[in-house]
Amino acid sequence: MALNFPSVIQTQVLIIGGGVTGTALARDLALRGVDCVLVERDDINAGASGRNHGLLHSGARYVAGDPGAAMECRAEGDILKRVAAQTIQDTGGYFVAVQGDDERYIADFPSHCARSGITARAVDVAVARAQEPALSENTIAVFEVPDAAIDPFRLSLESMAQACSLGARLMRRTRVVGFEREGRRICAVRVQSLAGGDEVRIEATQVVNAAGAWAREVALLAGASIAMTYSKGTLLVTHTRLASRVVNRLRRPGNGDILMPGGTVSIIGTTSLRVDSLDDIRPTPAEADLIIAESAPMLPALASARFIRAYAGVRPLLGSAGADSRAVSRGFALFDHEQHGLDNFATLTGGKLTTCRLMAERAADLVCKRLGVTRPCLTATTLLPHAAESAWTAPGHSAREWVRSHQVDDTLLCECEMVQGSAVDAIYAALRAAGDTPTLTDIGLRSRVGKGACQGAFCGLRTVAHLYQTGDFQAQRGLSEIVDFFSERWRGQQPILWGEQLAQAELAEALHCGLFGEELRQATLLADPAREVKP
Amino acid sequence: MSDAAAERYDVAVIGAGMAGMAAALFAAERGLSCIQIGSGGGILFASGLLDLLAVQPVAQHRLWQSPFEALAALAREQPAHPLAQVDPLAIRTAFQRFVAALTSAGMPYAQMGERNSNVITSIGTVKTSYGVPLTMVAGVAALAQRLPCLLVDFRGLREFSARQTVETLAQEWPTLRHQRIEFPGFEAVPEVYAVHLARALENRETRERTIALIKPLLGDARVVGLPALLGLSRSSEVHAAFEAGLGVPVFEIPTMPTSVPGLRLLGALEAVMSARSVTRRQLSSVRSLSFDGDTATLDLTGAPGGECIRAGAVVLATGRFSGRGLTADRQSVRESILGLPVQQPLAREDWHQRDFLDPAGHAINRAGLMTDETWRPLDASGEPAWANLYAIGSILAEQDWMRAKCGSGLAIATAWAAVEQITQQLHKAG
Repeated sequence: MALNFPSVIQTQVLIIGGGVTGTALARDLALRGVDCVLVERDDINAGASGRNHGLLHSGARYVAGDPGAAMECRAEGDILKRVAAQTIQDTGGYFVAVQGDDERYIADFPSHCARSGITARAVDVAVARAQEPALSENTIAVFEVPDAAIDPFRLSLESMAQACSLGARLMRRTRVVGFEREGRRICAVRVQSLAGGDEVRIEATQVVNAAGAWAREVALLAGASIAMTYSKGTLLVTHTRLASRVVNRLRRPGNGDILMPGGTVSIIGTTSLRVDSLDDIRPTPAEADLIIAESAPMLPALASARFIRAYAGVRPLLGSAGADSRAVSRGFALFDHEQHGLDNFATLTGGKLTTCRLMAERAADLVCKRLGVTRPCLTATTLLPHAAESAWTAPGHSAREWVRSHQVDDTLLCECEMVQGSAVDAIYAALRAAGDTPTLTDIGLRSRVGKGACQGAFCGLRTVAHLYQTGDFQAQRGLSEIVDFFSERWRGQQPILWGEQLAQAELAEALHCGLFGEELRQATLLADPAREVKP
Repeated sequence: MSDAAAERYDVAVIGAGMAGMAAALFAAERGLSCIQIGSGGGILFASGLLDLLAVQPVAQHRLWQSPFEALAALAREQPAHPLAQVDPLAIRTAFQRFVAALTSAGMPYAQMGERNSNVITSIGTVKTSYGVPLTMVAGVAALAQRLPCLLVDFRGLREFSARQTVETLAQEWPTLRHQRIEFPGFEAVPEVYAVHLARALENRETRERTIALIKPLLGDARVVGLPALLGLSRSSEVHAAFEAGLGVPVFEIPTMPTSVPGLRLLGALEAVMSARSVTRRQLSSVRSLSFDGDTATLDLTGAPGGECIRAGAVVLATGRFSGRGLTADRQSVRESILGLPVQQPLAREDWHQRDFLDPAGHAINRAGLMTDETWRPLDASGEPAWANLYAIGSILAEQDWMRAKCGSGLAIATAWAAVEQITQQLHKAG
């Protein structure tokens, strides 16, 4: 039997996981001149990094329960507003209490904020309601804090883009299948592309596990254990934007507490539900109802609002199972695994989007110390460069580009979110250049395709037609891409289908099933009468 | 207008989708005076193809080339399905009448026989349908015989890529080719719209220039396919001119809604309504509906100060969620005008499957009104809600028209059957 020698990649640091932490770590290391490879099982921000509010916390949410985390958020928020301004909308935020909320908590809030160095300015309720008419008439107290909105996709895509420009390598759709150990060292990590093919051995001097909710599984593969629990959080996207600022409920963190502005929409969430398994995480109708019930006292319009989507992510929480997943620390941890007999392995997990840069800095410090690299962290002071192909996730960006550089042959593939053909081409080309075979779902992650009211039912079809026309799609690939993409979008539709959005979903089914018969595609591609099955 | 002076009609049809149009047509053809309320906008989403029944049972994806054998299977396997309540002979007659009316209004269909036809769609799937517009019919033989065929599309028409259609069907149909051309006069326009091109092709000079661009590309093609935009109201003339000019059969391929054939269908049906003297209230909706003995009173919005009309019978053809016949909130589905009981799953969790293309389809799509055997919707006690109220079309329960490919069939067949009942009822009442 012929031996099948796997190909080998050598690098200084292997990072496992392409969320906000892993990509920030890749950038940090690359800026210090350290060579690294990042393997990601799915795609950039496929886990909790892409399934959250997109809130750059001022820290005010944590002032009562976790002042340390509050101060960390404040400091990191300030840094990101300086170095990654293009990913941030500095909307400001309100903390809002309504009748029936804990008055003690409200009274203590300003001093708690002051204790953590967070500016919280009392706003007259009438003024606040004039600024944000969606607030309930039962509002009793409002404070203004420096919350902001951050686009986690653009942050991760641009971090990774800069890392790659400095020599780092990204391997998407690649999963870790095993670790090879020699004594106290991992001498190689075996990975395999989901597209198939042979395993690849990655020989790295240091290995960092930044797999988020999957960090426990990855650590176990390496022979190390971490105490971790999982908390599922579900969020809802409204059809229109309900408030210009971040609106937080001024109470102990609970369900449906935060309304985030996101371009032309608002995002309301979250829930916090302890789950035991990471398989098949999806939002449910009951969670949608819970969020609406909990948030409507502060924002009555949510009770009758049209929602276009729900999504759910899993927070990795450190520590063993307890009763209340909100009481478990939202802090992060860096494990050096030396107690597990490993000297070149580390796990970085937990934490928040707001503190991802700091998490990466701590992990990079550990790795550099182990490597003997003495160069300091540069991410707190180095501006995150714009990457042209990563800018398309921002609402309005493609519309501005389309107007600015209008080419006669650059057609709009989606009028709702204003996505033009050249945006799709740029994203496709960038992925191709990295050696990937881009899918419609990849394009959706990097653009506004599928983000509007139709959730891809129409713009997805047009994008596929466009990709055939450019020659990027061939043979029957488009059919499976349409089905995969719309099925992914459906996960977020199913829990919120009532009212107008149910009518929209009916139109989508009339198109995809009634006219195109996509559910029959295997049966209908061969249309010979001989294939008719008779009872 | 006071109630006493209200105009009285034999039949009031609420809804102007396929079912409402069919009901108004059939009622008028039986000599009944008829008023129709509703815009007809839903017809714009039609493809022009008239499905009868192609898939039964839905969950097994069993595809039938004979719609009548499919109907027989439906009657055996799913007797509660509304289409199973209509005599197949009546369905044939209803389709013939409906298509004859469309043909008379300038939208001719191919002769319908025993079998469904297979046509290709813009994304390269094959659709099985029953009534095929004459402008599309050459595609049926072209596909069946895998004839050497050229598909032509136009730069800037975003929802149609002939290259996509050809690539997707390449293994099945190796002699299918594609070419893209600039539409004459639209060379500098970034996005072109099928409706504009369709209208432009009614201009003889534009048509001839387009034909002249296609002719040199023919090669060995024995048939030519184009996106469905060969004329708007004069599609027969434009289609014939393309066939004459190119010297080969030409067919249209149905495209994403809202499509040109949808517009043609709406135009033709409006002409039919006008020719049959159906009174229309396109901008009105029903504010309230009440019954007193053999008379229904409809209070309409739309006209200044509203309008009150009376009718001997009312046909509810208001459609489902996108037609506004059914309304859903987070708790339940209700019928929008009268609050009639809607057969539906108990909880919202059960409305939709977790997978969009789940073979079983979504339970919410089988929700709807239950009727007695004379098409009268039932009240909570299971009795007809009103003696002279009828319900037809997609608002009916126990059917999934999108998966079964029976939307037009359901509309036309139930319209025919309900109008037959109404005729008998009015006749009895004298």
